[in-house]
Amino acid sequence: MMWSWIPSNGAMIWQLTRENAYLGVVPALIGLVISVPLGIVAARWRWIYPPVLTVINVVYAIPSLALFIALIPALGLSDTNVIVALTLFSLCVIVPNVVAGMRAVPAPVRQAATAMGYGTLRRLITVELPLAVPVIIAGLRVGVVSSISIASLGQLIGVSSLGYLFIDGLQRSFPTEIYVGLVLVIALALACDLVLVGIKRALTPWAARS
Amino acid sequence: MSFFSYAWDWVTQSANWHGSGSIPQQLVAHLGYSGLPLLIAALIGIPAGIAIGHTGRGAVLVVNVANAWRSIPTLGLLILLATLLGFSFLTWLIPLVVLAVPPILINVYEGIAGVDPGVKDAAKGVGMTGWQQVTRVEVPIALPLILVGLRTAAIFVVATATIAAYIGLGGLGRFIIDGLASSQYGPVAGGALLVVLLAVLVLAFFAVLSRLVVPAGLRGQRKTE
Repeated sequence: MMWSWIPSNGAMIWQLTRENAYLGVVPALIGLVISVPLGIVAARWRWIYPPVLTVINVVYAIPSLALFIALIPALGLSDTNVIVALTLFSLCVIVPNVVAGMRAVPAPVRQAATAMGYGTLRRLITVELPLAVPVIIAGLRVGVVSSISIASLGQLIGVSSLGYLFIDGLQRSFPTEIYVGLVLVIALALACDLVLVGIKRALTPWAARS
Repeated sequence: MSFFSYAWDWVTQSANWHGSGSIPQQLVAHLGYSGLPLLIAALIGIPAGIAIGHTGRGAVLVVNVANAWRSIPTLGLLILLATLLGFSFLTWLIPLVVLAVPPILINVYEGIAGVDPGVKDAAKGVGMTGWQQVTRVEVPIALPLILVGLRTAAIFVVATATIAAYIGLGGLGRFIIDGLASSQYGPVAGGALLVVLLAVLVLAFFAVLSRLVVPAGLRGQRKTE
């Protein structure tokens, strides 16, 4: 470990960390925005879900590097390429959780809302979705953490991320650089994970604290 | 030209199917790189998951590890080991085992821990020993989830074995990494297509396997849920 390498390359490390965070967080957020309506539809009309789940299983089985490569003709060696690929993977982990969260809303709660005169849309937004928040966020956490980790692989197709530290470290046989990359990817992922736990607590003040 | 036309052109060139470093050779190498770590991970993850699920000890640890595990960048781990250990077989074996154990462990644990307590009591009530409860009741009931864990791990390993080519190993990743290095999209697309097909085959294999081994009494459950 050569500690002095870290401060003397601080600017580059910070730049790579920001790029990696961007490549990881944006896909998870886009994934969330698409997953919620998709999950609501799949939870309401049950026959839609089995085929959706099959597609999800197949897409999730595609190795991330292969997906980056498949998108090259359409999107080139760009940030967009990695973001689109990681958005697809995020969908695969968030949609099932939206469906599970919506299905787990107890029937009596739904009936009570209806009995109080709530229409379908109002019940959905003010009762069902808030109750599904913990399960949806659980899916989002998986999406963010994996996206940040996989984003480092974007470096293989030349998209700048913390993966640069791995590849450069290998070429120079310089373990310090590789350690720094590993620690930063994991720390970045866990930091985002913690933020989401905080958001979940803020959104569900009624939930029991452990 | 699209991804598929590039990939198809390359895969159907007969020259790529013969000689050293050909598609069949790399496919076999890829399966070798994937099979061994998966076997080792199963030998670790299944007994550990059963023990934790049955006794309830260590459950908190499993859940937390599961979350942190996804943040480990495989490429980084692989490259770190390559610089520390050189190109020994442990260099590729360790990261693949490390990444395959958690999905197996978590799903086995959840499957065993999620067995209906009434069923467990009944098993005890008819005089089964602890071992019999586990092997005849809990494991069969948990089988669908155990298979999900193995499937996830298998897909993960097949995908990651691709990256192993980056540190100079064989397997289907060879085509991708060499193609990227020489800016030839044909082998890159072809290699990627073959890896995707392999992953889909793994998926299909597990779909058939779960039909064959999951007890008949558990199969209809989803519909009546």
